Amino acid sequence: MAKAPALPTGFELPLEPRLPRIGSVDQVAVEERAASLARRSIKKDAKIFALDLAVRMMDLTTLEGQDTPGKIAALASKAIRPDPADTSVPSVAAICVYPNLVPAAVERVRGSSVKVASVATAFPSGQAPTHLKVAEVREVVEMGADEVDMVIDRGAFLSGRYAKVYDEIVQVKEACGEAHLKVILEVSELGTYDNVRRASLLSMAAGADFIKTSTGKLPGAATLPVTLVMLEAIRDVHDETGRKVGMKPAGGIRQSKQAVQYLVQLYETLGAEWLTPDLYRLGASTLLNDVLMQIRKEKTGRYQSPDYFTVD
Amino acid sequence: MSRLPVRKTYKLFIGGDFPRSESGRTYEAQGQNVARGSRKDARDAVRAARSGFGKWAGMTAYNRGQVLYRIAEMMEARTAEFAELCSGRAEVEESIDRWVWYAGWADKYAQVIGSSNPVAAPYFNFTFPEPTGVVAIVAPDEPSLGGLVSRIAPVIVGGNAAVVLASETAPLAAIELSEALATADLPGGVVNILTGYRSEMAPWLAGHMDVNAIDLGGADGDAPELERLAADNVKRVVRGRIGEQSPYEIAAFLELKTVWHPIGV
Amino acid sequence: MPAGWEYAPAPESRDIVTLEERYGLFIGGELVDPRSGEYFPTLNPGTEEQLAEVAQAGPQDVDAAVGAARGAYDNGWSSISPAERAKYLFRIARILQERSREFAVLESMNGGKPIRESRDVDLPLAAAHFFYYAGWADKLEYAFPNRRPRSIGVAGQIIPWNFPLLMLAWKIAPALAAGNTVVLKPAETTPLTALLFADVVRQAELPPGVVNIITGDGRAGAELVKHEGVDKIAFTGSTEVGKAIQRELAGTGKKLTLELGGKAANIVFDDAALDQAVEGIVNGIYFNQGHVCCAGSRLLVQESIYEPLIAKLKRRLTTLRLGDPLDKNTDIGAINSKQQLDKITELVAAGEEEGAEIYQPPCRLPEKGYWFAPTVFTNVAQSYRIAQEEIFGPVLSVLTFRTPDEAVEKANNTAYGLSAGVWTEKGSRILSMAQKLQAGVIWANTFNRFDPTSPFGGFKESGFGREGGLHGLEPYLDLGESEVRGG
Repeated sequence: MAKAPALPTGFELPLEPRLPRIGSVDQVAVEERAASLARRSIKKDAKIFALDLAVRMMDLTTLEGQDTPGKIAALASKAIRPDPADTSVPSVAAICVYPNLVPAAVERVRGSSVKVASVATAFPSGQAPTHLKVAEVREVVEMGADEVDMVIDRGAFLSGRYAKVYDEIVQVKEACGEAHLKVILEVSELGTYDNVRRASLLSMAAGADFIKTSTGKLPGAATLPVTLVMLEAIRDVHDETGRKVGMKPAGGIRQSKQAVQYLVQLYETLGAEWLTPDLYRLGASTLLNDVLMQIRKEKTGRYQSPDYFTVD
Repeated sequence: MSRLPVRKTYKLFIGGDFPRSESGRTYEAQGQNVARGSRKDARDAVRAARSGFGKWAGMTAYNRGQVLYRIAEMMEARTAEFAELCSGRAEVEESIDRWVWYAGWADKYAQVIGSSNPVAAPYFNFTFPEPTGVVAIVAPDEPSLGGLVSRIAPVIVGGNAAVVLASETAPLAAIELSEALATADLPGGVVNILTGYRSEMAPWLAGHMDVNAIDLGGADGDAPELERLAADNVKRVVRGRIGEQSPYEIAAFLELKTVWHPIGV
Repeated sequence: MPAGWEYAPAPESRDIVTLEERYGLFIGGELVDPRSGEYFPTLNPGTEEQLAEVAQAGPQDVDAAVGAARGAYDNGWSSISPAERAKYLFRIARILQERSREFAVLESMNGGKPIRESRDVDLPLAAAHFFYYAGWADKLEYAFPNRRPRSIGVAGQIIPWNFPLLMLAWKIAPALAAGNTVVLKPAETTPLTALLFADVVRQAELPPGVVNIITGDGRAGAELVKHEGVDKIAFTGSTEVGKAIQRELAGTGKKLTLELGGKAANIVFDDAALDQAVEGIVNGIYFNQGHVCCAGSRLLVQESIYEPLIAKLKRRLTTLRLGDPLDKNTDIGAINSKQQLDKITELVAAGEEEGAEIYQPPCRLPEKGYWFAPTVFTNVAQSYRIAQEEIFGPVLSVLTFRTPDEAVEKANNTAYGLSAGVWTEKGSRILSMAQKLQAGVIWANTFNRFDPTSPFGGFKESGFGREGGLHGLEPYLDLGESEVRGG
C-alpha cells in the first residue's frame, strides 16, 4: 500500500476506531444555515467582485459522448477569453474534459493561464479495477493534464470498505505526480450528510488537493448544504493540520445568482483566504454565459439578451 | 367491669413518620389533644416533601395508580373509624371512590392533556405534562375527610408531593387518613399532614420559596394575603373545587413541557 | 487577491412606511387624543432619531379603553357566532401577510432588530398565529373534553419590546378566538407596530372596541392591571414586574398568565454535531440581540470538547455583521433602548470584575444609536452575576460540565425555568435530558424555534400559563363545571 501524504492527526488508519471523532451532521440545521447564507443580498461592487471571481474560479466543463476536438477548440477559446467584447473579463481557471480530449485541450490552451483538467478513474461510476484506474490517471497526466478529477469507489464506501476507498485515492494521488487531484464524492449517491462528511475527511486524509461534490451525471448534484458540509470538513482538517484543501461544487450551478450564493457561503465559512482559484472551483457547463450577462448588466445598467453572448 | 379504652396520641405526619410538633404544643379539637404544628414543622414538612417528590415523580404512572388504589383499599378497611370522624359513612365511601377514580387517571391524564404539535417546519414537537413539584394545600374545614381527599388526590396523582394543612376544627379524619397513607406503599414525604392553627402555618407555606404551588381551596378570609405571599416565587395559585373530581383538577398542578427535535436523516 | 470582500450596503427601503407625527390611543375603533394630554417621543434605537410622538395613557384613558372593550363585549362580540369570529381573525392574518413588508420595516425601525429577522421570523409568525387561532374560534368545545368553554370578558394585555408585533399576535389572537375583547398595551419603547395594527383592525372591519391599544410607560400598565373592569391579565415581561402584578391581583379572582424571564442553559455534549451546535449557540444568544426571554444565555459545554467548540464559536462570531437594522445583511441590530444598553454594560462590567474572560469579535459600532458587540464570557463560575441574572443582551456565559448529571444540576440551578437546549446525537440521552431539565420548552439539537401550534411558557419563576397551541386557549376561557358528574 502506498504511503499517505501528510495525514491529519486523528485520521490515521485504521479509520474505524477514529469514527467517533469524525462526528456527524444535523440535516435540518445545516440546511437552515445554508438557506440563511443564501439570503445575503450582494449588490453593486460586491457583486462585480463576486462575478469576476466566479469566472476566475470556473472549471468550464464538457463531458459528453459527442465531444470532439472541434468542440474542445471552441470551449478553449471561450475559456481563455470568455467575453470578446470586454477584455477586462478574466480567463476561467480550467477546462474539464474526458481523457480522450486531453491532447486537444492541452494544445488549445497553450500559452494561456487556463489549465486542463481531466476526469479519470472510470468516470463517472468508478466501477473498474484499481490498477486500471491508476493506469488511466498516469496516462492523462502524461498527455498533459494539469488536474485530475477522480471519483471515489462509492460501492466500496457504502459497503463500509473505507480502507479500499482510502487506498485507491492514495494510489491515484501518487500517479498524479505534480498534477492536482480533485476527489469527486458523488454526494447524491452517499445518502446522508454524515456520509458526505466521512467521505470528505477520508479523501482529504488520503491526499486530495480538492474535494468535489459530483460528476454532474446525476440529478441533485451540488447543493448549498452539501457544499457547506464539505467546507466544514475542510475547515476541520485545516484546524487540525494547517493543510488547506480546495473545494469544487459541480453540477446544477447554472445561474450567476447561485454562483454568488456559493461564494458567500465560502467566504463566511472558510474566510477570505479561500477566495482564490487555487482553493475553490465552480464546475459548470452553462454557468459562464449567465455570469457574463450579469457582469455586463452591472457595467452597463441594462438587462441583457443571450443573443449577445456566444454559444460555444 | 368495662374495659378502659387505650387512647390514641394524635401526631403530625411528616416524611412518612409521625412526629409530635417540634414546639411541644397541642390544642384540643373534636375532644382530643391534637398536635399544634409550628412554622418549623411546616418547614420540615416542605423539606420532606421535596425529598419525597423525586422518587414519586420518577415512578411509572402505572405504579402511582396502584399506590392510589392501595390508599382506597387501606381506607376501606378503616371505614368504621373514618365514619366516626367525619359526617358519616357516605362521606367515607365517596372519599374511597374518589381515590379509585383518580387512581385510574394516573396513566391517562398525560394522553388527555399532552399533545403533539404540527409545527410548520421539519421538527417533531410534543407537549407533555410534568408535576409542578411541592404543593401546599390549605384543606377546607368541611367536609373534613371528603374535602381533604378531593384536594390531595389530584395533586399526588400527577406526581407532586403535598404539604397539607388539615381542617383546624376537625383534624381527626386527616390524622386517620395519614395512618392509611402510611400503610399504602406511598413513599415517605409524598403526603405530609400538619394539624394546628392555620394562621400559624399557612403564611409560612405561602411564602416558602421551595413550594411551587398552593391550593387555597380551603382558605377563606386569609386567601388574599396568602396569594400575595405566593407571588414571591411566582407560585401557581389554585382555588381547588371542594367536592369536584376532574382531570382539570389534576392539570392545575402540572407544568407543560414542550420538546422540539429536528427530523432529518 | 483582496484581503476581504466588502458587501455593499443593501438597505431595505423605508419608503413603504408612512409615519404620523403624533399618534393617539386606539379606543373604540378610533385613534383618539389622550385625556391625559401627555405625549412622549418614540425613537429609532439605531439612530436615536425621533420617529413620532405617542400618547401616554392616563387613568381616564385606561378607563375609557376598558369601557370600550366592555361595551364591545356586551354589545355583540360575545354573542356573534364563533364561525364569524373566526372569519375576522382569518382576515387579520391575511392583511398581515399582505402588509408584512411594511410591518417588518417599521418593526426594525422602532425596535432595532435586523430586517432579516423581522421579515423572516416576526412577521410570518405573527400572521401564522392569527391564522392558527382563527381556526379554533368555532371549535373550542373540541379542545376541552366534557366542558363547555365560555369567554371571560375583557382581557388586559401587556407586552414587551423584544418582539412587539409577534407578542401582540400571541396575546390578541387567542383572546379574540376565545370570544374576549382586549385592551393591549405595547411596550413604552416600541409602540409603532401596535399602532399600525390598529389600521389592520380597521381594514378587517372588526367591531369597534373589540381591540383597543393604549400606549404609555409602566404607569399605564399598572392602571390596566388595577382596573376593576378587566377580567383577565396576560403579561409578558420581567419577573420583577410579574411578581408585582401577581401581588396586585391577589384576592381579586382575576385570571392571570405570566410569561417572565429566563436564564436558559444550552447544553452541548461531546458527541454533538459541532458545527450545527455552534449555529444553535449563535442563534440561541445573538438572535434579536439576545433580547429574548428564552435566550440560551448559559452555554454548558462538556469539558472534552471545550477547546474546539469555543474556537469554532469565536471564529463564527467574527462573521456576524453588526449594523443598520434595515440592511438585509445585518445579523446583529441595535440594542432596543438606552436603558437596556446601560443594563447590559453594567452586567458585562460585573462579569469582567468577577474574573470572567471576555471575548468580543472585532466590530465597528455605529456612532449614533445603541449598540453592543456580541460578547462571550469564558471562565465563568456558576456564582457570577452573569451566570445568574438575565442580561437580555448579546452576552453569552460559558460554563463546563463533565457528566450528564452535572449538566442537569447546573442547568436547573436557577430560579427560572423557561427554556433549555440539548445537543447530542444520542437519542436516549436527549429524552433523558428532556425529562430532567426544569423548563417549559426544550430545544434538542435546535434552539429558539417558535410556532403557533407549539405551547410556550415557563416553569418556576419564568411564569405560568402557556401561549400557543391548544393549551394557549385555556388562559382566555372559563371552563366552568363538568358537563357530567365525574368529568
